[in-house]
Amino acid sequence: MSGLARRLGGIPWREIAGEAFSRVFLVAQAVCAVHVVNAHVCSFALVMGPSMLPAMNLAGDVVAVDRVSARLGRVASGDAVLLVSPEDPRKAVVKRVVGMEGDAVTFLVDPGNSDASKTVVVPKGHVWVQGDNIYASRDSRQFGPVPYGLITGKIFCRNPGLSLYLYLSEPTFFYPFAPEFIEDGMHILRFL
Amino acid sequence: MGTRNHLWLAAKRTLTWYLVGFTISDRYATVVSVTGDSMHPTFTAASSSLRGDVVLAERSCLQKYQFSHGDVVLFKCPSDHRELFVKRLIALPGEWMQLPGTPDIIKIPEGHCWVEGDNAACSWDSRSFGPIPLGLIKGRVTHVIWPPSKIGRVDTKMPENRISPL
Repeated sequence: MSGLARRLGGIPWREIAGEAFSRVFLVAQAVCAVHVVNAHVCSFALVMGPSMLPAMNLAGDVVAVDRVSARLGRVASGDAVLLVSPEDPRKAVVKRVVGMEGDAVTFLVDPGNSDASKTVVVPKGHVWVQGDNIYASRDSRQFGPVPYGLITGKIFCRNPGLSLYLYLSEPTFFYPFAPEFIEDGMHILRFL
Repeated sequence: MGTRNHLWLAAKRTLTWYLVGFTISDRYATVVSVTGDSMHPTFTAASSSLRGDVVLAERSCLQKYQFSHGDVVLFKCPSDHRELFVKRLIALPGEWMQLPGTPDIIKIPEGHCWVEGDNAACSWDSRSFGPIPLGLIKGRVTHVIWPPSKIGRVDTKMPENRISPL
């Protein structure tokens, strides 16, 4: 019994605890760094559904979201943005900003069925968002202008992985002075 | 070489604690200073942020967006996304509510809520800008932590007979 106690006493508990704490802290630090980058700098999102056809696929597209410009107020009409749905705060949706505050927006009330259109002036601090596919999108035409504060990010790149792959696989990237490779590359790109 | 090493270490440590603090304030709880007189009996009416109350706002309620009547919430102003407001939550999505001062009864749309200041006489709230989307809410105020005379929980209280039991 005393041998067991001596052996237990011989284990460097203090060092083990210190080591464990520093490892856990390292992991926590990494998690925090990921959170901060994800929430305030740049993140990725998977976009699905028909409302942004043809800019984004029906079956799902990975998009890169820029969080900085949304926070600094650098979103302008024409940008595709990620925003918290005003109808369900747990849902994020992707739409295109069509009008900023003070703009007059004209839209078809019931596209495909009638030609009736309506014009609305966007109030202060709000934006008018619409899906690119006006026939299958629930957007400002139903729920009205949304407060700018709901915008969580601006989409700056669709399929970042594919774009990077195409950019890197373009032969000019590796062989800037080899004309025959450029010729080949163009062929490949056309084929794609 | 020694001083450069020291500087590098200090910078690394600062960055680490900054990241950790930022994450905690984003996900769990944050500290905000409240100014203005719209919440007067609950928080001190103060014009500068030095004399205002400092409050603790929890963020974990944002995971599920479950609030109850009478909660004091922190939200982005619907007409200016840079401003944060503190008001009391009066009505939740889908409820019928009587507009103050009128016999009208309105239904709060899905995903929206109705917020009002405690000091009805000088408060700019849902009575002027209507129901706000829940997505604008950035936290729930739970405690006052400064000045020392007011330290304690912020109680949830509700004006009587506002929500119609329809």
